[in-house]
Order: sequence, then structure tokens, then C-alpha cells
Amino acid sequence: MLRSIKGLVGKFRSINARYHTPRIAMSPLVRAALMVLRVYLLLLVLLMVYKFATVVAA
Amino acid sequence: MNFFAKLYYRLRKAAKAIQLYLVIAGPGIVVMVADNDAGGITTYAATGAKYGYNLIWFLLLLIPVAYYVQEMTVRLGAVTKRGHAEAIFSGFGAFWGWFSLIDLMIVDWMTLVTEFIGMTSALEIFGIPPWLTTVGVILLLGTIVLNGRYWTWEKIALLFCALNLVYIPGAFMVHPSVHDILHQGFVPNFPGGFDGQLFFFLMANIGTTIAPWMLFFQQSAVVDKGMLEKDIPWGRFDTWLGSVLTIVVAVFIVVVTGTVLRGVDIESAAQASAQLQETHHWVGTFMAIGLFDAGLLGAICISLASSWAFGEIFGWAHSLNTNIKEAPWFYASYFLTLVSAGAVVLIPGAPLVLITLFVQVVAVTLLPAALVFLILLLNDREHMGEYANSPLQNLIGGSIVLVIIVLSTLYGMSVLFPSLFG
Repeated sequence: MLRSIKGLVGKFRSINARYHTPRIAMSPLVRAALMVLRVYLLLLVLLMVYKFATVVAA
Repeated sequence: MNFFAKLYYRLRKAAKAIQLYLVIAGPGIVVMVADNDAGGITTYAATGAKYGYNLIWFLLLLIPVAYYVQEMTVRLGAVTKRGHAEAIFSGFGAFWGWFSLIDLMIVDWMTLVTEFIGMTSALEIFGIPPWLTTVGVILLLGTIVLNGRYWTWEKIALLFCALNLVYIPGAFMVHPSVHDILHQGFVPNFPGGFDGQLFFFLMANIGTTIAPWMLFFQQSAVVDKGMLEKDIPWGRFDTWLGSVLTIVVAVFIVVVTGTVLRGVDIESAAQASAQLQETHHWVGTFMAIGLFDAGLLGAICISLASSWAFGEIFGWAHSLNTNIKEAPWFYASYFLTLVSAGAVVLIPGAPLVLITLFVQVVAVTLLPAALVFLILLLNDREHMGEYANSPLQNLIGGSIVLVIIVLSTLYGMSVLFPSLFG
């Protein structure tokens, strides 16, 4: 069990290492697009949390 | 003689072109027709019942929308030989990669549950119990994928795509007024004025036309099929034909419910089928068969989209051209997704309505990201070369992506906050 968990963790680490550096050149446009995406997703998550909180409170 | 020689030459050329297309045909048609899944059929049935033929023109506008988005996945897959999940990992790093992969897994699983809901409710109309439908579907899909050949899987999927055309004879059987269809359906109009409810229906129709799994599925299918750069023109044609087919089917569903169920509130396609059976037995039967087929096609594609994505990232063998011994993890993840989604539908008191609603919300966390990544990857001239987006393609693709993001987000919000649009 412990061995398979260690193996899985090792697998995740190797994936993270393999894709550590983005292949796409980080031009200002790409950076801006990714930043907007982060803000968008953050707002979406906040809205979902708000909805969940209101449902639970009700 | 010269005329006959020319005619013979042209016919031979056309026959060869058709033969070549039949070799390439598949991913575009399958993904587009599978897009008319159980949820999609419900949306179209409800649209027709609510607004009659009046929104047919809007559905026709969705042909280029679906085409331009999916065509980009054909180019990306054929040039990079990578699925969308791997392309995101590679292009944008592990953070965005994990985000997309985990989100895809959740959205796909929830969508798969909705497909099972559609299939079980469709066959319940014929007296088949849900457990039997679920077991039968899992066995059928298992048999299809375990044959060890992509080609066979694809041709069987195309057969189910052909069954999706069952709505067309159904529409002729209800004898709609061609005059009304042409005058109400083909002239852009907003029936009853542009209000919140109409906006909700427009968003729902767009939301069902482009789903996140479609991007991942078609790109992986292009790679698994082994399509090359030289096949891109045929891949484009395949995608174009698929997008026309999917909307044609949608239009015929709208015609059926717009003719027979006008003014009825439709909550599910199964309800529409049962109601249709009361007045037009065979049309209702066709509708139920079409709903089952739609769910089945959705299930065929969605479960594969996840398994392909996991295989790409974890480095497992992940091709339908491999057998279960060669790709055990690929098939294990396929069956785990399929069986767990099917099992949920059979649990008494499972929150199926909540899952159906929530899938729209979770989808808007993945769709915008996947679309933005798609556009950015298509602008990576270093790797895409001559197949990178041209300025015109960026303008068209970018505009479409922007509209889809805004409308699908509003649609997701309207599910979270139902009073948002009145």
C-alpha cells in the first residue's frame, strides 16, 4: 500500500518536472490572457462559495 | 467522345475523393453528432415547445460557431500529435495542466451521469428498467472499445450517428407547415421580444453546442486515428459536415416539438417523447429512440475523452488500437468512469437533478480556459508553422470564443442564480 502511494507520488513529481517549463513563449499577450483567466476563475469560485453559503444558511 | 471522356474522368475523380474521405471521416462527425447528447435533445425539444419555429435561424448560426472551434482542434492534433490535455500541460505548465485535467474529469463524469439519466428515462418509456439499461449500455460500450481497433470503434460510432437522424422522418410525420417554418424560422426574430427567458434559451442552445469534452475528444481522436498535416483539409470537411448534421438534427427536433407540443413546458426529452406518443405514437417512439441514441453517443465519446487525457499525461498506452493487456490503465479508467456514472443513476434518492444543474456550472470553469488555451496554442508559430492561425482565423475564432465564454458564463450564472434574468 505504502509502496503504491510512494509510486503515485513519484509519478506526480515526474509529471510536474516534465512540464515544469511552459513551452509557449510567455509574451505580454499570453501573460495577460492567463492573468485574466486566473481572475475569471477566482471570481467564479467566489460566486460558487457565496451560493453554497447562502444555500446552507437558508 | 470528348464530353464522355471528361465526364468519366470527373466521376473517377469524385469517386476517389469520396473513397479518401471515407478513410478520413470520423472524428468530426462523431464529436458533432455526439454533441446532440441527452441534455442537448432536451434543450432543443424545450426550445421548439416554447418558441415554435422562431429560433431556427439562431440554430443555423451555430453551424459556423461549432465548426470554427472544432476545426482548430483538428489542426492542433494533426500537427502536434498531442491531445488537448497534453498540449495544455506542455504549452502552459503543470499548474494549468492539472487544473484542466481534474476539471475535465469532474465535468466528464457529471455529464456522463446526465447521459445515463437520458438513456434510462428513454428506455423506461418502453418498459425497460433502469438497471437493465445501465448494465446493457456498459456491456455494449465495453464490447465496442475492447475490440482493439480504432477503426472498428469509429465505424460503430458512425452507425449510432446515423441513428441520430431518426428525428428527420419524425418531423415529416407531424406534417408541419413548410410556409410557417420558412417565414417564422428563417427570418431572424425574437419571439415575444428580447426578455430574460428568451436570453436563457439562447444561452442554453449555445451552451449545448460547444462543450468542454468536445475539444479534448476531437483532438485526441485525431491523434489516435493517426491523422497527418496532409489530412487536415479532409478533417476540416469532416468537421464541417458534422456541424451541419448536428444542427440539422436540432432543427428537426425543434420542428417536431414546435408543431405538436407548442406551449407545453418541457422539462426533459423523455417527457416530450411520452407526450408525443399520446398523439403521434411513432413520432414519440422515434423521439425516445433518438434520446437513447443521443445518450449512448455522448457516453461513447465522453468516457473516452477522459481516458485519453489521463493516458496522455500519465504516460500510459492510450490508444483504441491497443488491447486491454497492452493498455490496462487506459481501459481501467474508461470502465471506472463508465461504471461509476451508471451506478449513480441507480442509487435511490441520488441527487440527479442537482448533478444535472451543477454540470452546467462546472463546465463554465473549464470551457473558457480550454478555449483560451486553444487560441493561444494555435498562435504558437514555432510549433504550428504554416498551420498556425492567420489574422482572419484569429479574428473569427477569437470573436466566437469570446461570445461563447460570455454566454456560457451567463448561462452557468443563471443556473446558480435562477432569478438573474427574470
